[in-house]
Amino acid sequence: MNRKVLFLLPLLVTITIFGYFFWALTSPGRDPKKLPSVLIDKPAPAFDLVELEGLNVPGFARQDLTDNGKVSVVNIFASWCIPCLAEHPYMLTLGARDDINLFAINYRDKPEDALKWLNKHGNPYHRIGRDPNSRAGIDWGVYGVPETFIVDSAGTIRYKHVGPLNTGDLENIILPIIENLQEQQ
Amino acid sequence: MIAELGQFAIIMALLAAVVQATLPLIGAERLDSRLMNSGGQAALIQMLFAVLAFGCLTQAYIVSDFTLLNVAENSHSSKPMLYKITGVWGNHEGSMLLWVLILAVFGAAVAAFGRNLPATLKARVLAIQAMIGVGFLTFLIFTSNPFTRLVTPPLNGNDLNPLLQDPGLAFHPPMLYIGYVGFSVAFSFAIAALIEGKVDAAWARWVRPWTLTAWTFLTGGIVLGSWWAYYELGWGGWWFWDPVENVSFMPWLMGTALLHSAIVVEKRNSLKVWTILLAILTFSLSLIGTFIVRSGLLTSVHAFAVNPERGIFILFLLAIAIGGSLTLFALRAPALKAGGIFSPISREGGLLLNNLLLSTACATVFLGTLYPLFLEAIGGGRVSIGPPFYTNTFVPVMIPLLLLVCVGAHLPWKRADLLGVLGRLKFAGLATIIAALVAWYIADGGPLLAILGLGLASWMLLGTVSEWADRIKLFRAPLSTSWQRAINLPGSVWGMTLAHGGLAIAVAGMIATTAWKVEDVAVLKPGETLSVFGTDYRFEGVREIIGPNYAAVEGTFVLSQNGEYMATLKPEKRLYNVQKMPTTEAAIHSTFVGDYYAVIGDPDGAGGWTVRIYREPLVTWIWFGCGLMVFAGLISLADRRLRVGAPSDKKRTQLTSKTAEASS
Repeated sequence: MNRKVLFLLPLLVTITIFGYFFWALTSPGRDPKKLPSVLIDKPAPAFDLVELEGLNVPGFARQDLTDNGKVSVVNIFASWCIPCLAEHPYMLTLGARDDINLFAINYRDKPEDALKWLNKHGNPYHRIGRDPNSRAGIDWGVYGVPETFIVDSAGTIRYKHVGPLNTGDLENIILPIIENLQEQQ
Repeated sequence: MIAELGQFAIIMALLAAVVQATLPLIGAERLDSRLMNSGGQAALIQMLFAVLAFGCLTQAYIVSDFTLLNVAENSHSSKPMLYKITGVWGNHEGSMLLWVLILAVFGAAVAAFGRNLPATLKARVLAIQAMIGVGFLTFLIFTSNPFTRLVTPPLNGNDLNPLLQDPGLAFHPPMLYIGYVGFSVAFSFAIAALIEGKVDAAWARWVRPWTLTAWTFLTGGIVLGSWWAYYELGWGGWWFWDPVENVSFMPWLMGTALLHSAIVVEKRNSLKVWTILLAILTFSLSLIGTFIVRSGLLTSVHAFAVNPERGIFILFLLAIAIGGSLTLFALRAPALKAGGIFSPISREGGLLLNNLLLSTACATVFLGTLYPLFLEAIGGGRVSIGPPFYTNTFVPVMIPLLLLVCVGAHLPWKRADLLGVLGRLKFAGLATIIAALVAWYIADGGPLLAILGLGLASWMLLGTVSEWADRIKLFRAPLSTSWQRAINLPGSVWGMTLAHGGLAIAVAGMIATTAWKVEDVAVLKPGETLSVFGTDYRFEGVREIIGPNYAAVEGTFVLSQNGEYMATLKPEKRLYNVQKMPTTEAAIHSTFVGDYYAVIGDPDGAGGWTVRIYREPLVTWIWFGCGLMVFAGLISLADRRLRVGAPSDKKRTQLTSKTAEASS
């Protein structure tokens, strides 16, 4: 190789790398923090969870997602989970709407603790399924509480949010997705 | 008012930097000493204004001035004072200001300590240094202004990310930045040398203390970060090959290579072009590190908030700095005179091999860090490269490097007799085999690679000690003679011995923790006992405690071995009031042979608590070994020959004769 070319090599490599950087910064909608979930755009898994006794809402099964033609928000929560309490106000906001379903999976919890917790902080959920051994949790790919899924009226999972919701998440992510899905129907 | 003063100060610093970047350069072209001298004054002025700006921001944090956007977003009135101050650099804007401040301080230090530099070289170095300053001050003022006011200030602030409210992480960024930015001086010297078209032994000698300073601080910064990850994240590891860790590690690998290759330039006037390239690449990697952490380019646990506008700005800044310097390199480096030749088996050959291995290791880390990005760009989907990649690529490159550390140190310059050197290392070799066998016996088998790894570490340590013993003629001359020789050893030799020894100790710790780590997770009720690797952890229960800006549950574990009390561990799980973010505070009982590490998790709702117990063998060796390397850097810096300011008369004559010899 020509000696002069050898000296150009570092520059050429750098230009190539910077090309990649430029691409990564300018390609729209690229969010490196977004974790791909294998469940997105797949039908929700099959499950049938018993109700939380003492609370006047029914249990929660796969069929409830497709029964009434509404978009569903499925929240995974537990009474021992402190971040769940932090996002609870947003659940109360969502639960007040009657154009969507707000369902919950009570994850690895004792029924009496969950009952006490919901009585104290208010129950926003239309249906709650108990999942004491995280059987359903495993099928849903839950790896930390809280998690929130959006499921369309055909029972297909459309979005997954890991961790507690905050105001920004609700207004900028969750609500637009729900509206979008409602328009599509 | 004070914030406006700070705003004014960064603008003044920018103006001073513009002057410093232009006038001395013109002066050096025209050989106008007045213009050249203006560089030193401008550097001092730039530094004073940078200090003033930083002081103003610090004051705003101390008094919790929430009329400043930056303070409102990152501080809280109930935060302890230490974290109010360290919160200044716990965010993007403040840390950029710190970056600029350190850059200005290095510039002023070159001006102040570089009295015996040739006027043109000094003028050019200061000008290049100022050009970097102009770029980053512009970036600070136009995209990341820390002094932006709020029209409607909030009653209280958003608080600092709880993970950062920790003494270990408080001092990690400044040290890391001194390391990153310190390499700017080597960079400026390299560019100035390219402009002048001259690299010689004297040049290498002037660059060395700056490179050494940067390297020492970078080592310290990385270790502090690693130590923090070890006890704060509660995962029980000390290195996760996270992109943010990697970007600090790459300049370290390159900087280490630079330190070694500069020795060849200094002593043998060879490897000049390569050293210039290394100086450019080391600082380029520091810049890329700063950039990647701030641009949201890669996924990481501790990156700053994403802002595409900033990313593009800083990318262009980097393209100019790195692209420009490499263009200059392509144009001017071929004209540099080649130095002395040497046989492959010689000290020079050893150092060159060290450089090749370190660069390859750096390239593997670079590839691993950016591969997900490259793959995504060509439509390959999102992947994450984990530790297995590095185990299979980085480790095999490091093995020969570690193996040859002590062999290289034994080799004489120009031409060496390899068999003779190996002969001198036979005792070290024998002792190594014994050490490996002892490790095998203690560990009761265990992974073969780890046993060999421990053998490697002891080989490195013993080989280094034997080289040192050779130098002072230990046991071959009367002890008093050895003592005298040891005292007279130059700081740089002590530095080498201690750094290589420290590395050996750290490597032993790394291998042992990786290979023999024991981990157990269980749900315990108060009063229950978990037995992990011969140690009983009795769970006494939890209590709630209230901190200044958090609430926490604190678990208590009583450790005992064979019924004998050892220690009490009190891990915490904190929930910070403002950010509603939980953090774990692991409790660690450190001993010479390993750490006992406990983390308290969530309650299971039935009276039990999830607890995680780790047994981390020899982990303190890592901190000790790395600490030794930092100490070695300081010792080496104290070497009399490096005191650029005022060499003694005798040294001065030597220096000039060296320079004359080199330029002839």
